[in-house]
Amino acid sequence: MLDRRCKSLEEALDGIEDGASIMVSGFGDAGRPNLLLKGLIDKGVKDLHIISNNAGSGFEGLAMLFRHRMISRLTCSFPRGDLGKEISSWVRDGSLTVEVNPQGTMAERIRAAGCGIPAFFTPTAYGTKLGEGKETRDFNGKGHVLETALHADYAFVHAEKADRWGNLMYKNLSRNFAPLMAMAAKTTIVEARHIVELGDMDPNVIMTPGVCVNRLVQWRPVAANEWGIAA
Amino acid sequence: MTPLTREGIAARVAQDIQDGWHVNLGIGMPEGVANFLPEGRDILLHSENGILGMGPTPPAGEEDESLVNAGKKPITMITGASIFDHAMSFGIIRGGHLELCCLGGYQVASNGDLANWSVTDDDPIASVGGAMDLAAGAQRIWVMMQHNSKNGDKRLLDACTMPLTGQGCVKRVYTDLAVIDVTPEGFLVTEMVDGMTQEELQNRSEAKLRFAEGCGTLPDLTKAA
Repeated sequence: MLDRRCKSLEEALDGIEDGASIMVSGFGDAGRPNLLLKGLIDKGVKDLHIISNNAGSGFEGLAMLFRHRMISRLTCSFPRGDLGKEISSWVRDGSLTVEVNPQGTMAERIRAAGCGIPAFFTPTAYGTKLGEGKETRDFNGKGHVLETALHADYAFVHAEKADRWGNLMYKNLSRNFAPLMAMAAKTTIVEARHIVELGDMDPNVIMTPGVCVNRLVQWRPVAANEWGIAA
Repeated sequence: MTPLTREGIAARVAQDIQDGWHVNLGIGMPEGVANFLPEGRDILLHSENGILGMGPTPPAGEEDESLVNAGKKPITMITGASIFDHAMSFGIIRGGHLELCCLGGYQVASNGDLANWSVTDDDPIASVGGAMDLAAGAQRIWVMMQHNSKNGDKRLLDACTMPLTGQGCVKRVYTDLAVIDVTPEGFLVTEMVDGMTQEELQNRSEAKLRFAEGCGTLPDLTKAA
């Protein structure tokens, strides 16, 4: 019987090792997989390569992986934020590498990885610092930059609804990178607010089909004192 | 001579947005345009995190963490809004489906080059977000900025000195002093605030300015309202 539900958070995160690359969905508070991130802190892995639009903020979620110094590489579009000073100093002392992508280029690199497309040309960043050193080609008289697919070992996704096959629905702007990351990673791990029976979701409104999901765990809120470092 | 306020610039930009346009408003000064959209026009606001039909800020206490804009601030949805993922959202941008994107700016060159994401070449956390995709993909880019920096530096230049966001993308610039089109022949001033002279505006700009025949007065629409 096909059942992607895990009995515990620990089971959902089993096998994640130091040095793993992990895509973290979410944009601001919308769709941030807090429970999975909290589980990762409990696991104590380090030297992670995180792929996420932002570096997180406050004393919860992705920001806490930085505060616990679990991250050695970040691929993102917008590293500036609450942790800007710390991130700048870690980059300067060599303990953190930050790769900044234009946001749409990053999204498309992730989409490409999930769809079996190794690289693509985009007009974004042509003639700018972020296009330097990359292969370029003119199409229809316009310059384009060659970008490669962005893969990862794991994707962390927050869904509003899921069934045991891993079919997913997202709420409002929680969708953002989730469908792309779910397809791009070798192992996609989902926390779902509601786990429903097969057939409860209308097939017409399923946003990510279960084939893109490997593990599913029941979401619960994470309390402020569960992050290991207080504000 | 009274320069426009940030709201004055936003109100002036809003007048030029046409019925039926899909518009992305960048973080910062452009966000203010949403407060001045003319009545009677269907204008759909796009936010790059995946919505067309973004509505105003919700009342305090009615925020929903799944409804935020590109600046991570709480928003609402208008009737008829649609939600999509990041690849679709940037496909809409890159594919040329947005009639307009308004961006803030540090520098604009007379060939339409834009610098608006990083002041220096060695900032370890220079943060581009969606600016380069918008610069490359929207049908037209209008830049909103103070005509001169706080230090008095000129911002309408022969060539940008800061890292570029995009090449040749800017179609029009709205400043606190003037409205300036970017044409194949360079900057063309179409409106100036009351009391501004051509000589003074040129003195505050590095690039050569040309002035449209019948160059009009740039009104302060926040006062008229």
